[in-house]
Amino acid sequence: MDIDRKKLDTIIRKNGGESSRILAIYQDIQKEYRHLPQEAVRYVCGKLDIPVVKGYEVATFYKSLSLKPKGKHSVCVCLGTACHLKGGPSILEAFERELKIKKDGTTEDGVFTLESVNCLGACALAPLVRVDGNDFGKSSPVTIKKIINEFKHGA
Amino acid sequence: MIQSLDDLENIKKERDSQYRKHKKTVRICFGPGCQASGSRKIYELLKAELKSESLQSKVRVVTTGCHGLCERGPLVILNDDEIFYQSIGKRKAKAEEEIRLIINTIKTGEIADKLLMDSHEKGKKYTSVKEIPFYSFQKKIILNIVGKIDPEYIDEYIAHDGYKALFKALTTMKSDEILGWVQKSGLRGRGGGGFATGAKWKSCKEAHGSPKYILANGDEGDPGAFMDRVLMEGNPHAILEGMIIGGYTIGSNQGYIYVRDEYPLAVKRLSTAIEQARKQGLLGTNIFNTGFDFDIAIVRGGGAFVCGESTALMSSLEGKSGEPRAKYIHTVERGLWDKPSNLNNVETWACIPVIINNGWEWFASIGNEKNKGTKVFSLVGKVKNTGLVEVPIGATLRQIIYDIGGGIQDDREFKAVQTGGPSGGCIPKEYLETPIDFDTLRELGSMMGSGGMIVMDDRNCMVDVARYFLKFLVEESCGKCVPCREGTRRMLEIVERICDGEGKEEDIAHLEELGRAVNIGSLCGLGQSAANPVLSTLKYFMDEYEAHIKDKKCPAGVCKPLIHYTILENCTGCTLCARECPSNCITGEKKKLHTINQDKCIKCGMCYEVCKFGAVKVV
Amino acid sequence: MIEFMIDGKKVRAQEGEFILPVALREGFDIPTLCHHETLGSDGRCRLCVVEVARGTRKRIVTSCLYQVAEGIEVSTNTPDVMLVRKSVIELLYARCPEAEVLQHLARKFGVEDVRYAKDHDKGKCILCNICIRTCAEIVGVSALGFSGKGMAKKVTTPFDEPSDACIACGACVVACPTGHIFMKDDKGVRTIWRKKFPLAQCPVCSRYHAPVEQLKYISKITNVPLETLMVCQDCK
Repeated sequence: MDIDRKKLDTIIRKNGGESSRILAIYQDIQKEYRHLPQEAVRYVCGKLDIPVVKGYEVATFYKSLSLKPKGKHSVCVCLGTACHLKGGPSILEAFERELKIKKDGTTEDGVFTLESVNCLGACALAPLVRVDGNDFGKSSPVTIKKIINEFKHGA
Repeated sequence: MIQSLDDLENIKKERDSQYRKHKKTVRICFGPGCQASGSRKIYELLKAELKSESLQSKVRVVTTGCHGLCERGPLVILNDDEIFYQSIGKRKAKAEEEIRLIINTIKTGEIADKLLMDSHEKGKKYTSVKEIPFYSFQKKIILNIVGKIDPEYIDEYIAHDGYKALFKALTTMKSDEILGWVQKSGLRGRGGGGFATGAKWKSCKEAHGSPKYILANGDEGDPGAFMDRVLMEGNPHAILEGMIIGGYTIGSNQGYIYVRDEYPLAVKRLSTAIEQARKQGLLGTNIFNTGFDFDIAIVRGGGAFVCGESTALMSSLEGKSGEPRAKYIHTVERGLWDKPSNLNNVETWACIPVIINNGWEWFASIGNEKNKGTKVFSLVGKVKNTGLVEVPIGATLRQIIYDIGGGIQDDREFKAVQTGGPSGGCIPKEYLETPIDFDTLRELGSMMGSGGMIVMDDRNCMVDVARYFLKFLVEESCGKCVPCREGTRRMLEIVERICDGEGKEEDIAHLEELGRAVNIGSLCGLGQSAANPVLSTLKYFMDEYEAHIKDKKCPAGVCKPLIHYTILENCTGCTLCARECPSNCITGEKKKLHTINQDKCIKCGMCYEVCKFGAVKVV
Repeated sequence: MIEFMIDGKKVRAQEGEFILPVALREGFDIPTLCHHETLGSDGRCRLCVVEVARGTRKRIVTSCLYQVAEGIEVSTNTPDVMLVRKSVIELLYARCPEAEVLQHLARKFGVEDVRYAKDHDKGKCILCNICIRTCAEIVGVSALGFSGKGMAKKVTTPFDEPSDACIACGACVVACPTGHIFMKDDKGVRTIWRKKFPLAQCPVCSRYHAPVEQLKYISKITNVPLETLMVCQDCK
């Protein structure tokens, strides 16, 4: 894929151009491209003067970074302790069935990516589902159908 | 620019006179729980309704941080905790109707009973916050203004004595004196370790090397814990103020707050707070005209639990992957960039202004002999009143779970409370009278941790709980050292076999042996406490392990291979379960008893969820 | 000079030394895997653990990273030390059952009866980090690194693709304690890390010797012309 080098230069500059800021730089790039393209990793390492293999190590260590393209909407099922005790795994399974993908996968039409996270910090409202940054508390395998529809036809 | 105490006072006066212009105040909780319950929609509706009634200039609407009783959100509170309206928009009635009732209260003072919380006495309701046991049993010194102020305005913080402690510290106290106060206060780290904060500060102050760094750990990764999230979102300035005082005491001019990536709102609020503090001269150069410079930058995490560990956090700050390192040389001597670094949890930093304002004696008067002050806990799980609570250290588990928490949901039986996150353990009912402090919890095989308190009932399987935490640790292990990387996954394999009904007699001794090897052989705190959930459940719930291994049964009805769903006689034949069943394994005619084909059943639990008659049973 | 005890024997060391080299030169048998004589270690394998008593405190530490101190008492074979050692060996042996070094250690410490399902997809790699550090710090090209974390952690080249930085020098092969890394020379071509590298052919005797990439790198850092380096060591 084609990356916009000017855009990358701006992102690098905005983050102080330092190699210690590589995680923040990656996160900003991921916001632009909905993932971290290989070319971008190589370009950034060149600009920050660090070995590509070190930049690759950081890119693959952090769960929030994805080298694979993500879908339009990110469905995140919380599997924190409170959510686990209140049925979080059943909700994840329900999503897997409804969207016909496994966890960490993206639907064929590129609309949804399904992920899990180990606690979003809204534990009193377990079990929680976060879609594009919107939190839905006290969800159930029944309410998830509503959630899918809301985002499929909405944004 | 704020340069003096008078400047602070003037802002406070200015704010107070602004407040007096409004006859009424309405606070809407925008804490994590209420946000997930839809408080934003309630806020929009309320604002619209006030506008249509031309009341917007007479009524002050404040969106606050977490008020505390998340279970009952969305919360709308009138006039300084006088009227507590709860579950707005969650009842059968339309949200718009409930908003109109609230407007009516504002206009006429007439209280809408149906929006109030039921009290313990039949037929009676709680009106004000202080009547509600959930609140009245708490002691808020860190969270005292979190449900009150709008955290996006520095003026609100200043109007509640914000930055007075900083003024006092910088202009009237020497760094040794402040250090002495922190030591004498008895403050211990609120992030999990419970290490004496004063001792840590002293070591860093005396360490050789420059520059020195002040670090705040906002990486709250313990699942079930959201205390730090609430603090960062609800009162970010308290953290900044504490850090600046810390910098002055230790001899540092640069601070970093490491916030986990899953908390974007916390990042936003802290950034806004820093910008505002800078504008007012409370961060930057020559603070309060004392010649002291200090600035703070925010760094986002990347979704790695291990980065909550001090050396991994520093490694991440340096632009590397989050691998910890051995701590034979402490980070207060060689930390970030190999320089002396003082890392404390954000809650610990928020305690500092409180100690400076009120005095170390006052802080030390709360708690017990070796454990001072209060602690914020996230009370979640099978408890009636889920939410965020602050109690004096030394409060008992019973007080928190029953007096504040209201007891177990559906009045079921209490089984265990899990504290300390993945580094902690499960405590059974025999110990409900235990006063909670750092040392008592350790003695019980758990730990205080960051403050997550997860309540479990008879329908939670303790072997499944052990499996859950092991799975978590296997996913989050950085993989650097052998005991943690290889040991946790092998422990998980054993526990999974047990949950699947394939456990063997020798598994118990094996888990104990391997668990000990992992705990004493691992490189960092994550691995060194990785076996705790398993070891503590083995200690207190051996009978459940034995049921799984010997009888191939899961008494709590959780482990799928050991249970099955069955439909009882009281089935009305409504066919809802059959329609919802994803594997089409339920058959039955309309209005007749339905049956589940056990061969096709995938045990997803949908039938159990949807049945309105309680006719599906887990066996 | 620092004086302390190891298993009841009084020993001496310089300030700043780690316990491990002191113990080894005093004749104590402490096994290691991730420790390299030049690069040191970063405490990954935990095999070299010992128990250190300091004042009232006793703890298990890795002797490769714990600095000597006056008056400490080091024990090299307490029950806890042996528990960690045997557990580590059993776990590594289950991970890399083909590794001869681990087979030998398992025999020596009596953990040949592995209680875990053996892996067959990890080769002989124990993630000790020696190859990575050798490539970065001794050779200086940084062609190797870790990717992923936890059980997904592995040693690889960027994006698992043939590396632009690798000079096929084979230093990683030599440094690896288990012999995991594959390298093959055949008909003038060296295959290593999924890439084929032409070997230089000596203009004098026609023998294939070092990879051309490696000679280019040496030429760059020493300023010796490539043509000179193309001549093999025997013909110089």
